[in-house]
Amino acid sequence: MPSVARLWRRSIQTRVVTSTIVLSTLVVALTGWALLRDVASGLADSRRAAAVSEARSGFDYAQTQLDATVETEPTTQSQALTQMVDSLTRSRGALRTYELVLEGPLLTDDGEVPIRSSAAIEPDSLPSDLSDAVRAGPGTFWRYSDLALLGSSTSDPSVVVGSQLRAPGSGDTYALFYLFSLKDQQETLDLVRRALLLGGLAMILMVGGVAWLVSRQVLDPVRLARRIAERYASGNLEQRMHVSGEDDIARLSTSFNQMAASLQSQIRRLENLSRLQQRFVSDVSHELRTPLTTVQMASEVLYDSRERFDPQTARSAELLKRELDRFESLLSDLLDLSRFDAGAARLELDTIDFAQVAREAADDPVLARAGIQVRLLGVDQPAIVEADMRRIDRIVRNLLANAAKYSGSSIVEVEVAQNADSASLSVRDFGIGLSGDENLRVFDRFWRADPARTQGGTGLGLAISREDAALHGGTLQAWGRPGAGSEFILTIPKPAGSAKNPPLVSVYA
Amino acid sequence: MSYRRTKRDRVLVVDDDASLAEMLTIVLEGEGLTASVCRSGDRVMAAFNDFKPDVVLLDLMLPGLDGMSVCRQIRATSAVPIIMLTAKSDTPDVVAGLEAGADDYITKPFKNTELVARVRARLRRSDQLVEPLEFGDIVLDPAGHTVSRKGEPLELTPLEFDLLACLLGDPSQVFTRETLLQKVWGYHHPGDTKLVNVHMTRLRSKIEDDAENPQVIRTVRGVGYQAILPGS
Repeated sequence: MPSVARLWRRSIQTRVVTSTIVLSTLVVALTGWALLRDVASGLADSRRAAAVSEARSGFDYAQTQLDATVETEPTTQSQALTQMVDSLTRSRGALRTYELVLEGPLLTDDGEVPIRSSAAIEPDSLPSDLSDAVRAGPGTFWRYSDLALLGSSTSDPSVVVGSQLRAPGSGDTYALFYLFSLKDQQETLDLVRRALLLGGLAMILMVGGVAWLVSRQVLDPVRLARRIAERYASGNLEQRMHVSGEDDIARLSTSFNQMAASLQSQIRRLENLSRLQQRFVSDVSHELRTPLTTVQMASEVLYDSRERFDPQTARSAELLKRELDRFESLLSDLLDLSRFDAGAARLELDTIDFAQVAREAADDPVLARAGIQVRLLGVDQPAIVEADMRRIDRIVRNLLANAAKYSGSSIVEVEVAQNADSASLSVRDFGIGLSGDENLRVFDRFWRADPARTQGGTGLGLAISREDAALHGGTLQAWGRPGAGSEFILTIPKPAGSAKNPPLVSVYA
Repeated sequence: MSYRRTKRDRVLVVDDDASLAEMLTIVLEGEGLTASVCRSGDRVMAAFNDFKPDVVLLDLMLPGLDGMSVCRQIRATSAVPIIMLTAKSDTPDVVAGLEAGADDYITKPFKNTELVARVRARLRRSDQLVEPLEFGDIVLDPAGHTVSRKGEPLELTPLEFDLLACLLGDPSQVFTRETLLQKVWGYHHPGDTKLVNVHMTRLRSKIEDDAENPQVIRTVRGVGYQAILPGS
């Protein structure tokens, strides 16, 4: 059943065909019923008219017979009546289409009324209200009824015509009934009903088939369009719809193709732009790097021989070297960012272990020299992801360096955790923390918590780290509380996983 | 590690940027090396044959003949160590340079100490081996720095010799790329696996019958490389 419900929900064709069949069934049933009713009443009416006129001539004949009979002796009278019934029964050809019942003489007081009939007829076959009407007075009356013979279980529909007869000699009254079987008419009606039923069924099936064909004709191009749209969505813009004719479908195909073409040209334009920017960045990078190398080498030579300079020149050499180093990191960071912006950054994936990364980063002698104690948590078992070693290493070192430089905390906690979807690495300090929206703004380019404290950094480290994480399909998020500390959590999805359910949640979250 | 300091080692600097070339000369000479500058790609071979350097510092972007072609030309006649200077750290350029025959590369801008360390590492002769080593049908002779296989001498660069000696010297050990970088290239450069990969491919093409199906050095997936003991 769920699959039927699903089919109903998902397939327009199923809905169209089903509702067409249901509606046409209703229409066919209604027409069939009306038609059948007309035919039935028409057949019954014509048979009744014939029956009544036939009965009337019978009544006339019987009345003449009775008029001629002057016998009053009961036995002979009874014989005469039986003869009359026999002759009435025989009189009309070989094929009798009716049965006869003669009741009487009818007595005014209650008592057994003698009945003569052409066959053993079930007494119920004579409707009682008809008998009453006939007994009550002269005239011809008729009713529909069911004619059944005694000892037979079947009954046929019939029309019963009755009339009162009077024997002038004895003054007795009789009731004579003709029972005409409607079996033929019933058979005709059955035939018509069967034909209607079969015809109706065939018509419903045909209408269903037509609905299926028509809906397919309309839906096939729509389905094709859907498949092509899915291909566009997955980035394959080469596909085009076949256009034939000028109908709605053709117009749909045309606009579809136009949409694809315009998307394609937009994408090409953007790709071009991105290629241009990347070329420019690469050129700038090369052009800047050569003179920068020379200047830096020269400054190092000067720096190495600063003992031989007078104090002012020596200090100048120191400043020159320090600021050149800063200039170099700034240039390198800017080039990295522009590679991200141009979409030119590429991953070199390797199998890497977050626990190993955490251990190695914590071992950095720079941290020890700065008096930072690194506590490692959850590094006793490997947390394996597919990632770019250089970028992950850069993120972790950057987070540790930030904690060491800016937090004012002497303890830094590095925790590694994983679940089926992803692996996380958090770097937590217990220093000045983050306040307000700073946990979002730390990732802004050139953002600094305290503009007075430059500390030689470029202000681009976290922005780059976050781009690095995003390049892996992962996340880098910050939390913090003023005065309590801050925590950065890097989450990288495992193959076929996602970073939506990170295994680590910040204590400050 | 021991340096042969019987004479001053000679460095050929190939760079079109006059200031950088001069600065490189100043730094190298300051380290007790002899340096000579060539500023155009198409004059490199003449300068090379003339100067007979112990190591070549080669800028990849050169007028005349580009760095890759120069690299291939030198390699065709000599096993001299070549260090590329590149402004691009982008992988394709570096890999192309290494495949053209360079032993190592250094990305601009660099520190003087880093430059000198790289040059020294390439001038240094490996002391991994003292005695000649027989490994299956391969024979390594550390004295003459020669390798032969089934009696046929193999043309290996000093770096390839060191790489092979390092691996064959201890077949029980699986060498990670990091370890090889440290032992053979002489520095720690995290994650720079392409250096090892490219040279391993070239070494295999020289010592293996079928480089696709190595019989001397096997790759241990996800870890590194290991010598295959003969007969195992």
